Amino acid sequence: MSTLEIKDLHVSVILDDENSKPILKGVNLTINSGEIHAIMGPNGSGKSTLASTIAGHPKYRVDSGEILLDGEDVTEMSVDERARAGLFLAMQYPVEIPGVTMSNFLRSAKTAIDGEAPSLRTWTKDVKEAMGELKIDPDFIARNVNEGFSGGEKKRHEILQLELLKPKFGILDETDSGLDVDALKIVSEGVNRAHQNNDMGVLLITHYTRILRYIKPEFVHVFVDGHMVDQGGPELADRLEEEGYVSYIGK
Amino acid sequence: MTEQVERNANNTVISEILEANPELEGIGTYEYGWADSDIAGQTAKRGLNEDVVRDISSKKNEPEWMLNMRLKALKFFDRKPMPTWGTDLSEIDFDNIKYFVRSTEGQAKTWEDLPEDIRNTYEKLGIPEAERERLVAGVAAQYESEVVYHQIREDLEQQGVIFVDTDTALKEHEEIFREYFGTVIPTGDNKFAALNTAVWSGGSFIYVPKGVHVDIPLQAYFRINTENMGQFERTLIIADEGSYVHYIEGCTAPIYKSDSLHSAVVEIVVKKNARVRYTTIQNWSNNVYNLVTKRTLCEEGGTMEWVDGNIGSKVTQKYPAVYMVGEHAKGETLSIAFAGEGQHQDTGSKMVHIAPHTSSSIVSKSIARNGGRAAYRGLVQVREGAHHSKSSVVCDALLVDTVSRSDTYPYVDVREDDVTMGHEATVSRVSEEQLFYLMQRGLTEEEAMAMIVRGFVEPIARELPMEYALELNRLIELQMEGSVG
Repeated sequence: MSTLEIKDLHVSVILDDENSKPILKGVNLTINSGEIHAIMGPNGSGKSTLASTIAGHPKYRVDSGEILLDGEDVTEMSVDERARAGLFLAMQYPVEIPGVTMSNFLRSAKTAIDGEAPSLRTWTKDVKEAMGELKIDPDFIARNVNEGFSGGEKKRHEILQLELLKPKFGILDETDSGLDVDALKIVSEGVNRAHQNNDMGVLLITHYTRILRYIKPEFVHVFVDGHMVDQGGPELADRLEEEGYVSYIGK
Repeated sequence: MTEQVERNANNTVISEILEANPELEGIGTYEYGWADSDIAGQTAKRGLNEDVVRDISSKKNEPEWMLNMRLKALKFFDRKPMPTWGTDLSEIDFDNIKYFVRSTEGQAKTWEDLPEDIRNTYEKLGIPEAERERLVAGVAAQYESEVVYHQIREDLEQQGVIFVDTDTALKEHEEIFREYFGTVIPTGDNKFAALNTAVWSGGSFIYVPKGVHVDIPLQAYFRINTENMGQFERTLIIADEGSYVHYIEGCTAPIYKSDSLHSAVVEIVVKKNARVRYTTIQNWSNNVYNLVTKRTLCEEGGTMEWVDGNIGSKVTQKYPAVYMVGEHAKGETLSIAFAGEGQHQDTGSKMVHIAPHTSSSIVSKSIARNGGRAAYRGLVQVREGAHHSKSSVVCDALLVDTVSRSDTYPYVDVREDDVTMGHEATVSRVSEEQLFYLMQRGLTEEEAMAMIVRGFVEPIARELPMEYALELNRLIELQMEGSVG
């Protein structure tokens, strides 16, 4: 059982050498293994900043507050140390790595996370199965990372990595954006599998309620202007579907 | 002057990086930097004049014509000014260089016959192992000025393939040697080709008879051991009609405080419908000036492929050339240059279309990091009469940080109307987002950087035989060690 705790987190985005702009203004959140939390909010509210900050993106600076993984502050850790400690971020815009095949990338990532190379036979089988369940064409294993992938293909590959790397916590940064209904379903099933099989905690960041038909959060948080303005159970998502964020803006 | 300012700025940034990260001191360790005991080198004379040239020639018992050619070349060398373009060569002290060092008496046919420290050096470099595992069909090992070990598979010898060191070729195959020597690269072609012609020693001589395909590569390994050594090997390859051969060379040297000079000349004749592939993995230590002239005459329907990897050296200037003199001749160059701290790689290729329907392609990938400087310099020339010629040039540069430099100097000279030309050039930087992505998947910054660089050179690495692709990847990883500031 693991816990990810965010305590009074204040974060600025670094614009250039001299300027920065405060984005997160006191965020508090606790997620335990096996829990699914959804963070919902309008564009520009700072949801993605929260996701990137947890992962340690160099563009963001923690001004105050803590991010604790099982009691240990990760804000002093490098990006890769956080990844190896069990934090996974499914990116909103996965980048291309020319000349590096998916196969090489996946194996390198698995080796880095586990601290040892996976056994060749079971690994090949695991990858094949996971790709099959996500309806990824087997040919993709020989293609370069994200190169020439459609938006939907990139997102499926993010979930493929989530399933193979088995993190303690999966943070999904608008994984649903740009997906058609079929792809949304396939991707959601992948998240649910990782959640069930590995007792993974999930932090689902979205501004649509559509994905919540497939991934059922126990906790819903409403995020506006850099902090939580409301939280509740699944019923809160239903209300947002009807009313939108209007009632929170300007509060 | 501006360059000096720039260099100082680079050094400042690098020393700041090192101050903040003391663990990076001694980074990117050069693995081949050991030196053997050096009696031959210590007693060798420094400096160059007519007596030195006469001495080399007489030690080798050469025929008169060769001595005369050397002396003529020496005059060219003395007369020609230092090139003022490309890299900074002003620190080369020709009077301080040792032009000829003989480290063994006679050539060994087995590794056991070599002096122990020389044998150990080649063992550490993995050369005898490659031979034992039959990854190569023949091996030449040059140590200082001369080839100390030579071996070729018997069946190739029976088919008439000649693979010997160039000194032996002059003795044993003088007729064919004289027919071709200096015909592809004339004595006075450039200052360093003239220097090589005056003092050349060692190198490989290959003759592949008509229709013979040498199925696995022939390999040569060049090692400089002594400080301030000048290594001037001379290689001549003749691929007769319809034949094929792949020649691979590698090179390393110890790390010294003062500089050595490596100035080779490689001449290749590709006869009708023949094909030659010439692969170089250059990994000299960072105190070697590497100034090499390589050129091929490619006849009708022939194909010449240069695969040129430059990882080491202080300064490299090298532009492998193909002169397409017969119809439908083809020239290809794949070039990788890696410039780290204190290195300047000025590399590329030269394609000269002389006959109609000839085609050439240049693909160049360069990487600069830690204040290094990598330049692509290339010439595509289409002479009058070379109608229906095709040429394509792609050069990509990758900058790993903000203190390194990349330049592109593409020259095109077309004297014919009906030709097809393509040129693409890109410069990219390793992006923060790429590093973040790979590190989020658990890779350290160094591993992430190395993965991006490996991906960048992959289109060339996949052209190499597997063990050389692995070697290239390993060298890149070594170069990338401590790349993180």
